[in-house]
Amino acid sequence: MYKYDEIDQTIVDERVAQYRDQTRRYLAGELSEDEFRPLRLQNGLYIQRHAPMLRIAVPYGLLSSQQLRKLGDIANQYDKAYGHFTTRQNMQLNWPKLENVPDILAELATVQMHAIQTSGNCIRNITTDQFAGVAPDEVIDPRAMAEIIRQWSTFHPEFALLPRKFKIAVSGTKNDRAVVQAHDIGMEFYLDSNQQVAIKVWVGGGLGRTPILGSVIREHLEWQHALTYCEAIVRVYNLHGRRDNAYKARIKILVKALGIDEFKRQVEAEWSHLKDAPNTITEAELARVATHFEPMPYETLPAHDASFDAAIVSNVAFAAWAKRSLHAHKVAGYRAVTLSLKPHGQAPGDATSLQMQVVADLAEQYSFGELRVSHEQNLILADVKISDLFAVWQKARAHGLASPNVGLLSDIICCPGGDFCSLANAKSIPIAIAIQMQFDNLDYLHDIGDIELNISGCMNACGHHHVGHIGILGIDKDGSEWYQVTIGGSQGNDASIGSVIGPAFSADEMPNVVQKLIDVYLQERNAEERFIDTVRRLGITPFKAHVYADKALAKNEVAA
Amino acid sequence: MSNLIQLTNGKAHISDDDWQLVKLPASQVEARKQAGKIVLFKLTGEKTVSDEQIANTVIPAHGKIILPLTVFIARKAELQTRLSKNELGVWLDTHEVLHTLIENQADLNALPIIAVHVERFADGRIFSLGTLLRTRYGFKNDLRAIGDVLRDQLFFLKRSGFSSFAIRADRNATQAMISLNDFSTPYQGAADEAQPAFRRYHRAV
Ligand code: SF4
Repeated sequence: MYKYDEIDQTIVDERVAQYRDQTRRYLAGELSEDEFRPLRLQNGLYIQRHAPMLRIAVPYGLLSSQQLRKLGDIANQYDKAYGHFTTRQNMQLNWPKLENVPDILAELATVQMHAIQTSGNCIRNITTDQFAGVAPDEVIDPRAMAEIIRQWSTFHPEFALLPRKFKIAVSGTKNDRAVVQAHDIGMEFYLDSNQQVAIKVWVGGGLGRTPILGSVIREHLEWQHALTYCEAIVRVYNLHGRRDNAYKARIKILVKALGIDEFKRQVEAEWSHLKDAPNTITEAELARVATHFEPMPYETLPAHDASFDAAIVSNVAFAAWAKRSLHAHKVAGYRAVTLSLKPHGQAPGDATSLQMQVVADLAEQYSFGELRVSHEQNLILADVKISDLFAVWQKARAHGLASPNVGLLSDIICCPGGDFCSLANAKSIPIAIAIQMQFDNLDYLHDIGDIELNISGCMNACGHHHVGHIGILGIDKDGSEWYQVTIGGSQGNDASIGSVIGPAFSADEMPNVVQKLIDVYLQERNAEERFIDTVRRLGITPFKAHVYADKALAKNEVAA
Repeated sequence: MSNLIQLTNGKAHISDDDWQLVKLPASQVEARKQAGKIVLFKLTGEKTVSDEQIANTVIPAHGKIILPLTVFIARKAELQTRLSKNELGVWLDTHEVLHTLIENQADLNALPIIAVHVERFADGRIFSLGTLLRTRYGFKNDLRAIGDVLRDQLFFLKRSGFSSFAIRADRNATQAMISLNDFSTPYQGAADEAQPAFRRYHRAV
C-alpha cells in the first residue's frame, strides 16, 4: 500500500498543528460556531446527538495492520472501545470529545492517517473496489490513480469550499463494485483499442434526496489527464452550482438543470485551457505511486488444497462460512476473505477495539499485513492462502467475525441513524437488528440467497438505500418515525434506483414487511433467479399487493 | 491600525490601505446572488444591479478608487483619465461573471488592482475567480480579497492567486497572517505555484 514520504508526512503533521490551533481558537471564543463549523467538518468532526462524531479517512478502504491496531487503541483510549465502519470505507468514532480531537489526529499522523476532508463541502475520500489488485476480473488496478487523485484533492485551494460535498469513485474491473455511477465523478479505467489505459468518466450521479445515476461525460480520456479533467468539472460546478439551497446544491442538480450536453460543453471549454497544464500526471509519478501497489510476494501454489477440501466436507459450519465469505483471487491458491461485521443482533459495521486487534493480527499473520474496508461495512483480508483459511476462520469465529451471512439478507448495510446522527429522521440500527432476528436461520438465509438490504436514517442516504435490492428509508411524519420501502435498486454495471412500494410503515411492522417481500420472491422466483431478478421481471406490483394486503383489509374493516 | 495583509514577493506584512472602496447605493430590491441563480440570470438576462444604482453611485473625485464592476462598465468613458493615472481598480462580487469584465476591459493589466468581494466566507467561488484571473486572464497586479475574509481561508486564497487580504474589521490581521503558511509543501499545482509536488520534488519511493 502507499507509504508516506516526507512530503505526505509534513502535510498531515501541519494539519494536526493547524487543527489544534483552530480548536483552541474555537474554545477560546475567537471563532464563532458558524466559522468553526466548516473547519471541523472538513476534518470529519460532526456534532451529533450525544457527542461529536469523528470520521477518520481510510483512503480507498486500504489499511495496514499497524493502522488498524492504532484505530483500535484510539477507540479504546478516546471512545467506548469500538468504532463504526461506514459505507464510504471510512471509520467513525461515535463518542470522542471535541477537545481531544487534536490529540487523536496526532496519534493518527504517527501511522500515516488523518481525518482530512472526510466531511464538509469539499472533495471527499476517494473510494474504489474492495478487491482492487486481487480481483480476477480486474483490468487495471485503480489504486495508484486513486492515491494520485487523493493527493491532488487534499487541500485543493480552488475547491476548498464547494457548494456541497463531492465524491469521486474509481474502478478498474469489468464488474463495477465501486458504484461509480452513483458518484459526483465516477471513473472507470479500461484498456482502449491501442491497449492504452483510458478512463470513461461519469458525472452527476448521487444518492441522497434526489437519487440519480451519473451520465457519461467522456467515453475516452487518457489517464494523464485525470486531474485536469476533474479540475474542469469541479470548476464549472464550483462557479455555477447552487448555493442557495443545500438540497439542490449537488453537482447532479446542475447537470440536470443544464442538461449533460451543455454541461459537457462548458467542461470541455474549461478543459481546453487546462489540458497539458502542470497537473497533468507524468509517467514517472504514476510509476512511483504504482510501486506501492505492486503484487504481494505470492507463493506458487496449486489451485486446490486437500486440507481445505477435507475441512469443507467434514465441517458444516466452516463450509457454510466458506460458501459466503470467500472470493476468487487472481493468483492460484489464494482467496480474498470477508470478515463479517454483521453478526445478528448487533449494529452493522461496528467493530470493538479487541476485534480490531484480532483482525490486525490475522492480516499480519495470513495476509501480508494489509486489509480493506468494504462499502458493505465488512473487513477484508485480500490475500489468504487456501491452506490457511481454516485457521483464519477459527480465529475469526472466536471473536464474532465469521458470521456466515456475507451477501445474504442479514448482511445489512446500515447508517448510524437516529441513535447517533443528529440529521436522522428515524433510527436505523434497531430496524437492522429486528430484521436480522426475524431471519435468524441460516438455512433459510441461504435459500433466499444473494440480496442486498440497505437502511438510511434520512434522505442523506448514507446507507445507500436507493441502490439496495430492498431499501429502507427513515422518514419523519408528524414527529414520529416511519419507514419507506423501495425495491429493485441495484449497484454495479446494471445499477438502478429502487421504486417506492407505497405508504410508509412503523418500526414494528418492518420485519414483517421484509418477510412478505421475501415470501413473494420465494413463491414467484424461477430457478437461479435472485431477488433483484424477480423484481425486475415482475415489477413491484405483486410485491406491493402482498405487503399491503392486510393493510387494505384493516382499512376496509374500519370503513365497514 | 490597518487590517490589510499585503504579500510582497511572497512575504506578508500589514500594510496601509490607500485604496478607497466605492460601494453601490443600497437597493430596494433584494438581489439573488447565490450561484445556481446565476445560471438563471444568464438565461433570462436578469440583472443584480439596477441602472438607477449605477447612476447614483458616488465616485470620489480624487484618490485611488475601486469601483463596482457594473459601475466601471457603465461609466468607463468618464473614467479614462483616472485609469491612465493608475488610480482606478475594479471589484466584483462572487456571483458576477468574470467574462463581463474581460469583454469590457481587454487589457486587465491596465488595472492596478482587482478585488473580489465574498459575502460569506464559505462561498468558495472566490477561489475559482482568483485562479481564473491569474491563470486564464494573466492578471499580474494586486488581487485583493474583500468582505468576509477570515484567517482560515487565507491559505487557500493565497494559493488561488490573491496577493492582498482585507481581513474583516473585527478580526486581528496580524494573527491571521500566520495562517498564510499553514502548509509548506502543498500537493497540487495552483495559481501561486503551477507545479505540483511530483514536479517540484524528486519524490523517492
Ligand atoms: S443517512 Fe441520515 S441518519 Fe443516516 S447517517 Fe446519513 S445523515 Fe445520518
